[in-house]
Amino acid sequence: MTNLFVLQLLNGVQLGVLLFLIAAGLTLVFGIMDVVNLAHGVLYMVGAYLIATFAALTGSFWWGLLLMFPAAIVVGLVLEVLVIRRLYARSHLDQVLATFGLVMIANEAVKIIWGVSPLSVPMPELLSGSVPLMGPLQYPVYRIAIIAAGLAVALGLYVVVNHTRIGMLLRAGATNRTMVSALGIDIGKLFAIVFTMGGVLACFAGALVAPILSVDTGMGESVLILTFVVVVIGGIGSVKGAFFGAILVAVVDTVGGVFGPIWLRSVLDPSAAGQVGRMLAPMLVYILMAVILFAKPAGLFGGRG
Amino acid sequence: MTLKRTLLASTCATFGLTGAAFAAAHAEAPPSANDDVLKIGLVYTLSGPAAALGEQARNGFMLFAEQNEMLGGMETEIIVVDDELRPDLASDKARELVARDAVDFVVGPIFSNVLIAIHRPVTETGTVLISTNAGTSNFAGAECNPNFFVTSYQNDQNHEVMGAYAESQGYQNVFLMAPNYQAGKDSLAGFKNSYTGGIAGEVFTELGQLDFSSELAQIAAFQPDALFTFMPGGMGVNLVKQYDQAGLSSIPFLSAFTVDETTLPATQDAAVGLLGGANWAPDMDNAANEAFVSAYIEKYGAVPGTYAMQAYDAAQLIHSAVEKLGGDLTDRAALRAALTEADFDSPRGDFAFGKNQFPIQDFYVVEAVKRDDGFYGTSIREQVFDDYVDNYADACEME
Repeated sequence: MTNLFVLQLLNGVQLGVLLFLIAAGLTLVFGIMDVVNLAHGVLYMVGAYLIATFAALTGSFWWGLLLMFPAAIVVGLVLEVLVIRRLYARSHLDQVLATFGLVMIANEAVKIIWGVSPLSVPMPELLSGSVPLMGPLQYPVYRIAIIAAGLAVALGLYVVVNHTRIGMLLRAGATNRTMVSALGIDIGKLFAIVFTMGGVLACFAGALVAPILSVDTGMGESVLILTFVVVVIGGIGSVKGAFFGAILVAVVDTVGGVFGPIWLRSVLDPSAAGQVGRMLAPMLVYILMAVILFAKPAGLFGGRG
Repeated sequence: MTLKRTLLASTCATFGLTGAAFAAAHAEAPPSANDDVLKIGLVYTLSGPAAALGEQARNGFMLFAEQNEMLGGMETEIIVVDDELRPDLASDKARELVARDAVDFVVGPIFSNVLIAIHRPVTETGTVLISTNAGTSNFAGAECNPNFFVTSYQNDQNHEVMGAYAESQGYQNVFLMAPNYQAGKDSLAGFKNSYTGGIAGEVFTELGQLDFSSELAQIAAFQPDALFTFMPGGMGVNLVKQYDQAGLSSIPFLSAFTVDETTLPATQDAAVGLLGGANWAPDMDNAANEAFVSAYIEKYGAVPGTYAMQAYDAAQLIHSAVEKLGGDLTDRAALRAALTEADFDSPRGDFAFGKNQFPIQDFYVVEAVKRDDGFYGTSIREQVFDDYVDNYADACEME
């Protein structure tokens, strides 16, 4: 049982840092620009497709990863200029409609460019295989690398948000947007930077998972809902909230999904426990969200009440 | 445009139904039998994530059709339609094939839900339906039909093969995993039909799940004697890659429809050594198989899987029967008799039809290997069943 718990905890943290990478951008865009961006999952998918393309072209995962970043910046900027910029003054409903349309256009465009069959990205030699943990347990090196990369990004973001001028503007923007623009800050430029930075982080997350999951058109939508849960739990606009929210949601999801049914089995008879467990496991995250919002309606680190 | 197409489809459907009632009542040859053209409709899933399976089947059929331009000595016309894995659409398209295009044979599909949707619209008009993959239990048993032939297997059989293999290896503790939908549940039930040992754990995953870290953690913690899984398509690709990365390769990986020629190009080395249950593998040692596999690789640049082989056999079956009748398809009893004889050399060796017109054939444990030509494919490891009849044939009473 301890073995299983340790493994699930690691899996939870690994999923958590991925969710954090996606949620960090989403929470900033939502909190600072007040834009509900359903197309954020698209950027995650695009990141995976970009690395798949560049890795295939250059024959190396590392070159693929390196080339992915400038391409992701271009994609983020183009999206901001063409679509998102026009949505700032619109209502949330318009934003949902426009970005949902973007999701469908992007999925279809990806099918036209890359075809319908899933792509795969080779695992870098350096990070393949697994390391022994304890007893017979092994853990894939690559997943440890994802945890390390995610934590490094989190640390970098912490420094940027708390100790730089742009970070100061971000925090100010998340707390009181009108005041920031009243003080003479070029809000258009700030928004473009925020959106692109969020987009690059989502692309990075997509690139990181590409070697363990197949790169497929639907992959963006599957993470988007969980990411919104993270943003709401963490508090809209708070990067710190996104980090703790992501880890919390992911650990509850992975550990609870396995131990819930096991715990139920000690209370109910096995077949009923199996049934109930299968139904309850996917709901755990939402139950967690309801409990947290009941206690703290603005989320764990929400700035605005 | 869409409206027009829908109208057209529903009109065809209506006419199809009327024609159907007429033909069934008189038990006569459908009008398609009277012309001198042999028309065949292929219904396969050719778009979406599962398109690779349909493409293999189409390629397998077309390979034989192109090698023998006149199937059974008749001028041959083949119409290929995409069912998009949508049963409602498939049933409309099958009606169009039968009523508008007047095909003599409908061949396909890949998926069981599509088979159930097209079975009635095709067979009730007296047209022959040959399934080259799906073989559901109802059509093998009480609902067997004289116009319905299967060149693949009954759905349970590949799972039973793995169960019997686990039993023969003396495993006491097997971990079972399948997606949470009907075919997944049937798969685990099929495995348990022929396996009597203990179960280390039984997990149903979400259909379409791509990250198996949580399930793999359970397998690592329980350390079972073996894993049995049914994860078709993209799910299988991800599972196999993650199984390898998690360092679980020392635990035997038994599977059905998970490690085959449609997923091996994506999993490559990660799948080598993993086991599956099948009725054939591309390295079987007989002349018919060597001719088929080498022609397929030459034409399509990929190793054929069972989907291609079973469709190739459907083409051979039609060829052999029509040739016997000299192209005269009006005598339906004679046509069925000629089909039932299955007078052709299948790449899988022994092949005969049982009384429910499902195959009686041998089953094997196959292992994923890197072939000498550099491609990945499955390879026969050992035979598990000899001339195996499915469990439902007894319930079939053919009129």
